[in-house]
This record gives sequence, C-alpha cells and structure tokens, in this order.
Amino acid sequence: MTPDRLPAGQKVTIDKTGINALLVALAKRGYRVLGPVLHDNAIVYDDVSSVADLPAGWTDEQSGGRYALKRRSDGALFGYAVGPQSWKKFLFPPIQTLWGARREGNGLKVLSESDKLERYAFVGVRTCELHAIAIQDRVFLQGPYVDTHYKARRENSFIVAVNCGTAGGTCFCVSMHTGPKAEKGFDLALTELLDGGHRFVVEAGSIAGEELLLELPKRAAPPEDIAAADAVVAKTAAAMGRAMRSDDVHDLLLANMDHPRWDDVAGRCLGCTNCTMVCPTCFCMTVEDSSDLAGVETSRSRRWDSCFTMDHSYVHGGAVRASAKSRYRQWLTHKLATWIDQFGSSGCVGCGRCISWCPVGIDITEEVAAIRGGRE
Amino acid sequence: MEGLERIIREHPFFAGLKDEFVELICGCAKNVRFEGGQYLFHQGEFADQFYVVRAGRVALQINSPQRTITIQTVGENEIVGASWLVVPYRWSFDAKALELVRALSFDAACLRGKCEDDHDLGYEMMKRFTPILIQRLQATRLQILDVYGTNR
Amino acid sequence: MSMAQTAERTVAVLDPMLPRVARVAKKTRDIPKVVTLVLEMEDGSRLGFEPGQFNMLSVFGVGEVPISISGDPAKSGGLVHTVRDVGMVSGALTRLAPGDIVGVRGPFGSSWPVSEALGGDVVVLAGGLGLAPVRPILYSLFNQRGRFGKISLLYGAREPEEILYRPELAKWRQRLDIEIQVTVDRADADWRGDVGVVTRLVPKAHVDPKQTVAFVCGPEIMMRYGCEALLDAGVAESSIYLSMERSMKCAIGLCGHCQLGPVFVCKDGPVFRRDQLGHLLTAKEV
Repeated sequence: MTPDRLPAGQKVTIDKTGINALLVALAKRGYRVLGPVLHDNAIVYDDVSSVADLPAGWTDEQSGGRYALKRRSDGALFGYAVGPQSWKKFLFPPIQTLWGARREGNGLKVLSESDKLERYAFVGVRTCELHAIAIQDRVFLQGPYVDTHYKARRENSFIVAVNCGTAGGTCFCVSMHTGPKAEKGFDLALTELLDGGHRFVVEAGSIAGEELLLELPKRAAPPEDIAAADAVVAKTAAAMGRAMRSDDVHDLLLANMDHPRWDDVAGRCLGCTNCTMVCPTCFCMTVEDSSDLAGVETSRSRRWDSCFTMDHSYVHGGAVRASAKSRYRQWLTHKLATWIDQFGSSGCVGCGRCISWCPVGIDITEEVAAIRGGRE
Repeated sequence: MEGLERIIREHPFFAGLKDEFVELICGCAKNVRFEGGQYLFHQGEFADQFYVVRAGRVALQINSPQRTITIQTVGENEIVGASWLVVPYRWSFDAKALELVRALSFDAACLRGKCEDDHDLGYEMMKRFTPILIQRLQATRLQILDVYGTNR
Repeated sequence: MSMAQTAERTVAVLDPMLPRVARVAKKTRDIPKVVTLVLEMEDGSRLGFEPGQFNMLSVFGVGEVPISISGDPAKSGGLVHTVRDVGMVSGALTRLAPGDIVGVRGPFGSSWPVSEALGGDVVVLAGGLGLAPVRPILYSLFNQRGRFGKISLLYGAREPEEILYRPELAKWRQRLDIEIQVTVDRADADWRGDVGVVTRLVPKAHVDPKQTVAFVCGPEIMMRYGCEALLDAGVAESSIYLSMERSMKCAIGLCGHCQLGPVFVCKDGPVFRRDQLGHLLTAKEV
C-alpha cells in the first residue's frame, strides 16, 4: 500500500503538539532523540522525549567572553542561538575507544571496538550547524581515508533543522554564507512562528523527512505562514551580532604571517583551548594507549585535542610551535585560510561560539579586521 | 719559477688574476710537500705562511688534555690558514697532513708587504679570501648547531 | 573502558586505525641508541611499500610512532625499520627482543620518485638518521643500475661513531659504480676521513645540474642548507626532493597534528618536491 505523499516542496504548519508528536515518532523509530535542554546555566544538547524537555521561553545573551541565559517574554521553544556544545559531541565524541588488544599465550589479538549502534535524531540544528556537519563530513568521509566511527554515526542520523528566529550576539553566519536559512542537509526544517499563534512551518528535505511528516498532525501551510517564516529569517539575517568580510581572508592571513597583530592577540590568549572545544568544525585529536598492570589487556582511545597545546606540534626535541603567538596563528590561519586549501571551503561557519566562550573575549572578526588594517 | 707561475695561474683559487699579479705573488711562493702525519704548523706558532692545497687532505685540530679533536678537513684546491691576515698572526689550531699533501706555500710577510705596496693586488687577494672565510664561518656555524644531536 | 564492551571481531583491515600484529624477526644494534628491527607479519602476509613511506609502529600498552621503512622494496622478507631512542615509545621499540610483538599500520605517505631520475644522475644527500629513509632509494637504484647515470651518496653524521649503516657503506664503496662521500661534524684525531658540514660535499660531487635529481633527507636545518647547496650547484628546485617530519597521531590525515601550513605531512608527504614546499621549509613556527 503506497503511503500518501505530500506534493513536492509542500510546506506544512504544525503546532506544539505536532512537535511533541515529532519527538515521539522519532523515538518510536528507534532514534536516540537529542535536542536543546537547560543545564548548568546554558542550553546544551541532550536526550529529549517531549516538548517539556525543551528550553521554552529562554534565550541567550552572548558577547565577547560572555554567555548568559535570559527569560523571554514568550514561550518560544527555539528562541536562543547556540550554546557551548555542538553536534560534534555525538558524531565525533570527545573520547572514543579505537581498539582493544589481549595477549593470548604467546600471541596477541586486536579487537575492533564496535560502536554500540546508536541512531541519533538531532532536533534543533541551526543552519550554521548544518554547514559545520557538512564540513566535518568532508574531513572525515571524503579524504583518502574514511573515519569508520564518524561514518557509522553519521549515516544513521536524522536531522531536524531550525531556522533561527533570534540572531545571536556573536553570530555572523551571513558573512560566512552559512545561514540563517536552512537550504539543504536536513531531513526536516522548521521555522518557529510566535505572532498570531505559536506554530511551526515545516518542510521536508529528504524522503525520510517526508515519511515522518506524514505521521504528524498538520495542515498545509497557508501563504501567510510561509511569508511569516520568510520574514523571521530575513529579520534574523539583518540582526547579526558580528560581521566579517570573508571573500579575501585566505590570502589576507597567509600574506600577513608576521603581522604585529599576532603578537597582540598572543598577549591576550591564555591557550585554554576553549575555542577549539566549542568550535563545531575543529577536529584535531590525539590517541592514548592504556594497559592493565599485567600488560595483558591494552587499548587505544582517541580523544579531542587542540592545536593550542604545547604537545600538539611536538617532535623529538621540542614543539615546532612553541610560542603562544604561533599557536594562535596556527588555529586562525587553519580555520580561515588553509582549511580552504585542504577541504575546499572555510572551516568557520560564523556561529560565534569561540567569541562567547573565550575567557578573555578574543573576537576573530575583530582580529581579521585588525590584520586587514581598516574598519569593516 | 716558471713552473710555479704556471701552477699559480692554473689554480682555481687564483683564477682571473692578472699576469703581473701572478708574477708578483710568485715571488712569495714555493712548492711544498708534507708526508702523512706531518704537521704544517702548530697552535700558537707564528702564522708566517698560508697554504693552497694541490693534493691530499689536511686536518685542522685542537688539543684538549683528554683528546685531540679534528674540527675541519681541508682538501684539494682549498686554503689552509687565515690567521696570517690578522694581528697577532698566530695559528689558532694544529694542521696535520692526513696523507701525502702537496701544496703551494706563500710567505705571509712577503705577501702582506706586496699587498701594502699595491692596493689593487691587495684587493684581488681579499676578494678571493673573503668568500672562503664567510663560507667557512657558515659551515662552522652549522657544525656547532649539532643538528644530528637528539636535543634541540 | 570495559573490555566486556569490546565486540569480538576479526581485525578489520578496512579500518586504517587498527594495527596488525607483527613480530620482531631480527634486531641489530647500529650506533648508540639506535637499533634496526626486521618485522614479520603474524599472518604471514607481506606488506609492500615504496621508498620513502613509513609505518606506524605500536608497542602495545605504550604507544605508537611513525618510523620510515628502510629496507629493499623489491625483497620479500620482513619490514626493516631503524629506530632511535628519543622518547617513551621509540625507547620501548629499541628495547624489544626477537619474538616480541609489535603493531603495524601502514604503509603511509608519499614516496621518493626514483623514476624521475631514470636516464640521469642521482644525488642522495643525507644526514644523521636521514640515511634510513633514503636507503630504499639506493636499493632501488642498485636493482636497476643500468638505467641510471652517475650515483652519488653524500652523507654527514655528527661523529664517526654515529655513522649509520657503516658496514653497508663500506660494502657499497666496493662497488665501483657509486661515489660515496662521508663527512662528520667533528672527530677524534684517529679519524682519517673528512670533517666538515655535509653541504660542503655538494660542490665536490661535481653534479651535472642538467641531468641530476637529488633526494635530501635529514634534520630540517640540514635539509634547508643542503637544498641551497644543490641550488647553488645549478640543480633545479623541481629536481630536488626532501622528506619532512612532524608529529603524527593517526597518519591518515585526520588528527591534525602533522599539518605544515596547508599540507598534511602524513598524506601529502612526507616526501615533497622542493618547489612545492616553497617557504614552508624556512617559515618559522609554522
């Protein structure tokens, strides 16, 4: 029996019960449903089972070195920008066992770590985050070697994107051409409308998304809803907290490797690695071997690393990048310049996390402008 | 004298030197040979010669109480000795022939005198010496960097 | 991590992060703190490799390091690795005994393009332990000697006691079809060979720049000045190849550690052409 199909490109309107039904339907399909929750004075990504778990009525206030939650006057479910975590927490976990080995008699057997097969449904993925996921796809899946752990998690994931209704204080997706409108890379995309009734305009971006949409209580989106959704996105685009001219950054930074601004930022940078942790595209990792006391069972795990550590560039004799200046410069030139040489696009999606979560408020849009030598 | 003139004229170190200058410095030159193991000079001695090696190798050595260290070997077409250029004209190391060495030896005082008398000759000599000294300085710097060592 | 969570699965060769089990078949001590290990795969397979490539060698429970393969690519038999004790893992490797188990991942990396030199002269300029990654070039050249012109091996070490593969160098000297020059940075009085920086050997080698390909390997400073000496001798930048070294955790371009500007030394290198590296060879702290 063929299920009903929505007319191609048809947008629908659902309300809060629809969102709830969405979460339930995803769980019923065997997904581990992850979405935004309030935790430790921030909005982070964790398990959600109903709309009651979502941070209704909360928004975030962000600026250089500052992130604070604030109550909204409405009950918006997705009325915030981005928090300290990104979806890389699940697709590229901070700690991942690679293999275990066991000595058996005179021999040794290496056992591959099988990932407990979890299928993730990400609910509330910002457009910048869609781009970040696509960027990590290029890193982990499209090189000469494929990361098998990322592949397994990514292939089985379901993405519900959310078009931003509130621009973050440190966001600059418009500058980086990564939003705010979700164009592709999602199974479902929704835009939250608050005026004239709390509802959501939803469109499907894949067959899986379409099939799920068919199950939800919905109505065809009337033209005024679609127009309202477009207006929300346009308003967000006009309210960006930051801007960065992005068409010339590659050559600009690589031609100015000895610019005095690097020394200036080095004087402020603590090398705390916050920026690399919150950045949704950073992928540096290290490996660690461990062993039981008898040396019979050993294992190797992979964990997030940061180019800000002294260890990162250590070759026998010492670190190649010993000075704070060289390490900051490495991070920013990789993110904005050499990433393009390596992967065909910028590594930055303009989410602003590095600006908000830097303890001393270093603002990469400001640093780039300073090196360019003028006002933007 | 003729044989010496020809040797000087054909030697790469003196390439391009005007005939009259070749004649001039010929007067300070003589052919010398050292058997393997023989010393050309010792550290601390008065630097009254410099040598242009024609064949064989010379080891430049410094003695410490525990050992003798070779800091450089000099071979065919290379120069041994720069201390003759610089007051107090004293050799700062030993020079020992590692094998049979044939060389042109130039009397330092004689050559210094002729350079004083004719500054053009002096400049020609300096032009030839300076690159060698600079190259040697760079090479020595690389040696003391100890690049093959395991510490930085 | 609980071992109980680890599924029993046969080693998936498809996962490039899984080491394969090998054993030390032979171990020779070379110079102080340096050993050469010959490894044989436990499953009897033979890993082919190109000159210049490296393996990631694991001492189970200790760690993993990149080590160049320094044997003859044409010979069947074990994988040859020369290791110097400079840290925890390399030290553990040098303390292994025949029969001990080693994990092997690889081979990885770009290779010395020996075929670029066909019909012409070859200069191999090496310093210190850099002789190990270029030894496969020499084996390849010897295996098809008639297809190359003049072969010069110019090698510099710190002291006579630290000349690597000394017996083999002496054996090669006995071949009349290769010119070998060895120099040291300093020596005792009983050393009868050359003393001086290795770059000095280049002008003495009388290279014909019009038909010479050069392979340079050693500490970065040595390679920098070695390339300059070759350029001074007229060899084109596009005819000089060198092997770079950076920190490596994965060897498959995913951990980010080996980056040198835009290139990943593990997959874009370690062998690079001099002109393609450009300023990356001399840039500070990059």
